[in-house]
Amino acid sequence: MQRVTELNELMRKKAQMLLENGIVNRIIGWKKGEFIYDRTPAVFQDSDELSKLIYDGFCGANLSKYLIQESKKEGKILALLKPCDTYSFNQLIKEHQINRENVYVLGIGCPDMIDINKIRSKGFKGILKIEEKEDELIIDTLYGQKRIKKEKALLEKCLSCKGKQHVAYDELFLIDNMISDNGSINRSMPDCEEASGLKKVGIASRDSRPKKDPYEMVEKIEAMTPDERFAFWRSELSKCIRCNACRNVCPACVCVKCIFDNDRSGIASKANTDAFEENMFHIIRALHVAGRCTDCGECSRVCPQQIPLHLLNRKIIKDINEFYGQYQAGADTQTPGPLTSFKHDDVEPYIIMRKGGHK
Amino acid sequence: MLKIYKNKWPELFFKISCSRELYMPIEKDGQIWFGKWNEDAKVRFDELNTVKSPKDFFFPQSENIVAFKAKGKNISILEKRDESQPFVVFGIRACDAESLKILDRIFLAEPIDTFYKTRRENATIITLACSEPEETCFCSTFEIDPVNPGGDIATWIIDDVLYWQSLTKKGHTLTEDVKGLFEKADQQDEEKIYSHKKGVKVILSKLPLQDLSLEGFKNGNMLAIFNSPKWRELSQACIGCGTCTFICPTCHCYDIRDYDTGHEIQRFRCWDSCMYSDFTRMSHGNPRHSQIERFRQRFMHKLVYYPANNEGVFACVGCGRCILKCPVSMNIVKVARTWEANKALEVKNDE
Repeated sequence: MQRVTELNELMRKKAQMLLENGIVNRIIGWKKGEFIYDRTPAVFQDSDELSKLIYDGFCGANLSKYLIQESKKEGKILALLKPCDTYSFNQLIKEHQINRENVYVLGIGCPDMIDINKIRSKGFKGILKIEEKEDELIIDTLYGQKRIKKEKALLEKCLSCKGKQHVAYDELFLIDNMISDNGSINRSMPDCEEASGLKKVGIASRDSRPKKDPYEMVEKIEAMTPDERFAFWRSELSKCIRCNACRNVCPACVCVKCIFDNDRSGIASKANTDAFEENMFHIIRALHVAGRCTDCGECSRVCPQQIPLHLLNRKIIKDINEFYGQYQAGADTQTPGPLTSFKHDDVEPYIIMRKGGHK
Repeated sequence: MLKIYKNKWPELFFKISCSRELYMPIEKDGQIWFGKWNEDAKVRFDELNTVKSPKDFFFPQSENIVAFKAKGKNISILEKRDESQPFVVFGIRACDAESLKILDRIFLAEPIDTFYKTRRENATIITLACSEPEETCFCSTFEIDPVNPGGDIATWIIDDVLYWQSLTKKGHTLTEDVKGLFEKADQQDEEKIYSHKKGVKVILSKLPLQDLSLEGFKNGNMLAIFNSPKWRELSQACIGCGTCTFICPTCHCYDIRDYDTGHEIQRFRCWDSCMYSDFTRMSHGNPRHSQIERFRQRFMHKLVYYPANNEGVFACVGCGRCILKCPVSMNIVKVARTWEANKALEVKNDE
């Protein structure tokens, strides 16, 4: 806990320095809330406000999408981006959504993000305080102290973490292992690839936790009979309340006006019904972000009904990898997307049918 | 006061469901919400809040109102009402029960919403007292008593016993139907309930939002709050989704639209959200151009406009759903804190 406090102090100092030196005129990060877990994305303009800036295991929200609007404003903004957020950032650069010159990306290490709703669903009530101790979370509740293994409390997206490397940054500020065991600040052990012309301090956060295969569940669903699969998705999608949180939070959903909000489209669907068309919303959305989705997992994180929406995206990512070769959206800002470029050796539809159409 | 042991609950649920549709907090795909009871249903009385509140039973997320069919020069109007079945909602918490009174002030005021009214009349509400409040609860801010939850019948669960107290005529009618399954609670039970309530009150006094005050919204500060620069900061992270409005037990704005089914024109109404870009859109567009204004509308409505029109009653019951479900963790508590009582004076000076 003390470590987190210290790291936050350092980060605030860093942000303050960049602000006072005029390198940036504001900072986008997360703000403290009423509880231990309710961190809200926030833009800070004054040094005095920085005491409310916080970064810890509850900052799951991906800040990249906010940069679409923020990078169009006057002056440069300091963006605190976690490794997986930088994939979304790159993808948005590729799609000309973010004005790169107006963003100073400070890549920050990620301690893995905790899912408060997951903790609750395991029967923890009245959560007052959460402390990390080795691989456990010690949770003080109104009903006494309880413990849970940290890996059981992580956000779904963190279970299949893409790794602790930032794919975009102006400077790295890796707080995770920044303080060595003897308490001194370690800034001289770079162990990740140096990006040309960019500054880097600190070391990449170590990641020893075994990762869950992101396609494990997708494969399970593929193995179902069509009827079982239909029943699975009908059941999950029928929980949808059409709050649009998945769409609005999605860094790949960048349409100025969504077709589902457009009366003239003929398919505007404000009413929530259990009809098949309603369920199609999620399938259409997944197809619309196909090849652009970085698998940031925000859709599933924000779903109030805990629908595993990321599985739709992962199915498409898996298919793309099989048909067009391994591809990670947002890994860089240059590589043409597999679905937005044409190559002579691209698979033909009939080959897709033959290779995988039965799935 | 009556009581019934856990092993006899299924029999009770079955008995109720014979004469009326019975809805209870039921687990489905890992989520707990009010669903129709059947023998296979996994009833979850232990969960404090269902994902969506029970307002759906009275004001469904979408419903058909009327349909029009044209034949030659004649247009016929087809009634599409389906709200006439009697039903029971079992397991409503005190906060959600209170939210119905807030909705009543809207839908039962002239012109009366007959869809809502019929459903209210057909419903028997069985409340369930809270045993384990969450840190996100702040019903006490609205003087709601979670250990005496009201409704037509109030119930308490202590260990393996459910205590049952009928409070209204509707409650008595239902109780008559199922009375045979119950035993009479005795003096010892009364004492047990008394000390249980006392224990819960101790927890309530320790809740982190126990001190939340809305005094700052009470003193005619409407314009000062409306014009405050604080809204910019508060709304900054809002992604404009409808989660808060749709899980809220008191949000009640709706839209009415026509849909061409190919055979007829179906007029339906559905929940709307002030957070949406097309909310109250007219020919000139949405009167609230940015998310700041849309965000402000939601909280002004709950904390200022509604009380101004309803003897100071706030349109919030402190259920805490929005605290847990907002994708960016922004909520009514954070808004309320901005204008807490001790800051009320600053509000005036801001002006």
